[in-house]
Amino acid sequence: MTTPLQPPKKKDPVARTRQPTQPPGNRSREAQGLTAMAAVGRFALQVCAECGQVQYPPRQICVQCLGDDLPWRDVDPAGFMLAETKLHHANDLYFRDRMPWRLGMVQMDAGPSVVAHIAEDCKQGERVRLSLNLDRSGHAVMNARPENPGQNQEDDMQLRELSTDPKDRRVLIVNGKTALGLALVKAFKGAGARAIYVGHCEPWKASPSLEEIKAIDGVTLFPLDVTDTDSVEKLASVLGGKVEIMVNNSYHLRPGGAVDGLDMNISREEMDIHYFGLLRLAGNFGPVLRSRGADGDHGACGWVNILSAYAQVNNPTFGTYSASQAAAWSVAQCMRAELSGGGVRVINAFAGPLDDEWHQMVPPPKLEPDMVAGRIVAALQKGLEDLAIGAVAEEIAERLAENPKEIEREIKL
Amino acid sequence: MANAGLLGELMGGIVGGGIQVVDLTMTLQPDVPTIVMPPELGQSWPFRMEEISRYDHRGPFCYWNNLSCGEHTGTHFDAPIHWVSGKDLPENATDTIPVEKFLAHACVIDCSQAAAADPDYLLTQGDVEDWEAEHGIIPARSWLLMRTDWSKKSDPAAYMNMDEEGAHTPGPHEDLIPWLIEERDVIGFGCEAVGTDAGQAQHANVPFPCHYHMHGNNRFGLPALTNLDALPPQGAVLITPPLKIRQGSGSPTRVLALVET
Repeated sequence: MTTPLQPPKKKDPVARTRQPTQPPGNRSREAQGLTAMAAVGRFALQVCAECGQVQYPPRQICVQCLGDDLPWRDVDPAGFMLAETKLHHANDLYFRDRMPWRLGMVQMDAGPSVVAHIAEDCKQGERVRLSLNLDRSGHAVMNARPENPGQNQEDDMQLRELSTDPKDRRVLIVNGKTALGLALVKAFKGAGARAIYVGHCEPWKASPSLEEIKAIDGVTLFPLDVTDTDSVEKLASVLGGKVEIMVNNSYHLRPGGAVDGLDMNISREEMDIHYFGLLRLAGNFGPVLRSRGADGDHGACGWVNILSAYAQVNNPTFGTYSASQAAAWSVAQCMRAELSGGGVRVINAFAGPLDDEWHQMVPPPKLEPDMVAGRIVAALQKGLEDLAIGAVAEEIAERLAENPKEIEREIKL
Repeated sequence: MANAGLLGELMGGIVGGGIQVVDLTMTLQPDVPTIVMPPELGQSWPFRMEEISRYDHRGPFCYWNNLSCGEHTGTHFDAPIHWVSGKDLPENATDTIPVEKFLAHACVIDCSQAAAADPDYLLTQGDVEDWEAEHGIIPARSWLLMRTDWSKKSDPAAYMNMDEEGAHTPGPHEDLIPWLIEERDVIGFGCEAVGTDAGQAQHANVPFPCHYHMHGNNRFGLPALTNLDALPPQGAVLITPPLKIRQGSGSPTRVLALVET
């Protein structure tokens, strides 16, 4: 059984806040292959195309046959715990702050033996399952959990360092006036968020979603308009020191391309909400989130951007919208580098078309808000960094990896 | 000699007493509501402000801002070119309207009680004739200002007062406007709500009749006024120059009233 997570006490206002440190972050170019797999929650290793040998750690030449064709393949994550130990001393500042730290050696069924971070209830001689997780430096590490985990497994402190679990954390959802906003509130509440703050703009426009959110216990509403610098500054001054997970679900979809149906006002609104809006949020909330990355067991840990899959390849039916999403994606990459100093992870969720009024003319499949929200919360719990939500987004990711030209030609609705 | 003659008399009143200057203008700030159109139509930009510098590394000596907003934001002037009915009239835009038209007498009709009782209250010809019986005929080339105290609603949602059937804000009855133009030769119509037409005016026989008739007859609009309760029923003079925007359909305007005390 894992020691249950204790809800945070009120913060001592005169105690120094622990400053964020990072675990060792240097990786070889080959080892970054592990990062790519951890980012999307896959357990994949290099497998020699010649002899089938599973490789670990990643390398350029097969350890068995010296073949140099080592594609990444999903492999069986099961194994056997050969040895375990508890680290009580480290010169590394990150681990010094978190002693003791549990490590073990796992003999994988697939072949290699690996050194891994191990969960509290992992025992020597027992069966375990490995996963690749991103650590606070943003790089992949091996992590072992029992094959049959006991109670409170999600409370494991080492695991919590690797994930961005909303449990007992305070979440800001930027826009409560959409069905997705409501679904996110429900999903975060279900995941045990300690407080949920919800932004809302244009108070003269009624919103059934916001009315429903108002009735949910543990939710506090705040005026927030991402197009208004003053509004973002004001809210950051109120909530900056409290928010541990930021969820930017700003959304403004209008049809129209660059040659066909260009409307400069609409394209400006899209940029203002998706791109400049994210910049305003990043500039005002980002620094304090980063500074609180090691603020106890419940410190700031994640920044979620809900983006369109069309950020990755422009859909000309929604051409200017896609472009604004691409701009937001680029900022999100910038933020990822900037926030990593505090161990705050930027999670980009690429969603396919939602089943809403603005996608009325788009044929199915279209996504239900509850499903999108559920996937996002699950990704936070698992500690993912990138996720494609729904068949359209998954197909776009696949086809982009295969042949970007093909999807560029075919995407038009 | 600077203060001789008519202007001297005017300045004597303003500086020395006898003439009060009343500000009829909303403060431009990000939460000033602008008129809401159906979402598939074009939308007016809200008022937004980005600091250029504030005695800092971006400009050590000065504080200043970049602004953006639609022409019809906050207290503003509606030019005839704003409406399709006024599109081909001469001197119909903010840069071509003869400037003397930006100074005019104002008649203020107090509808605050009626508007408090019914947010969809429409001002009728009968109401205006009753008012005239008490305060005198509306002189030609005068503004008719509809006081509702609507501008005292500080909550933007209450000010816009929208539900599933649209906005519920007071305004002029559609039969009143042609009468004001033909029988009283007004220069325009002003009010405290976000637009010169009532909230439900899209359902009138001619949709948005105040805009349609006023601008179609080269008259003006002056919505989102404040402090109308500080004006006398007759006798105030309004100063209403919009920004000189090329082919401008309107502009935010600092509206001032001169009132004899």
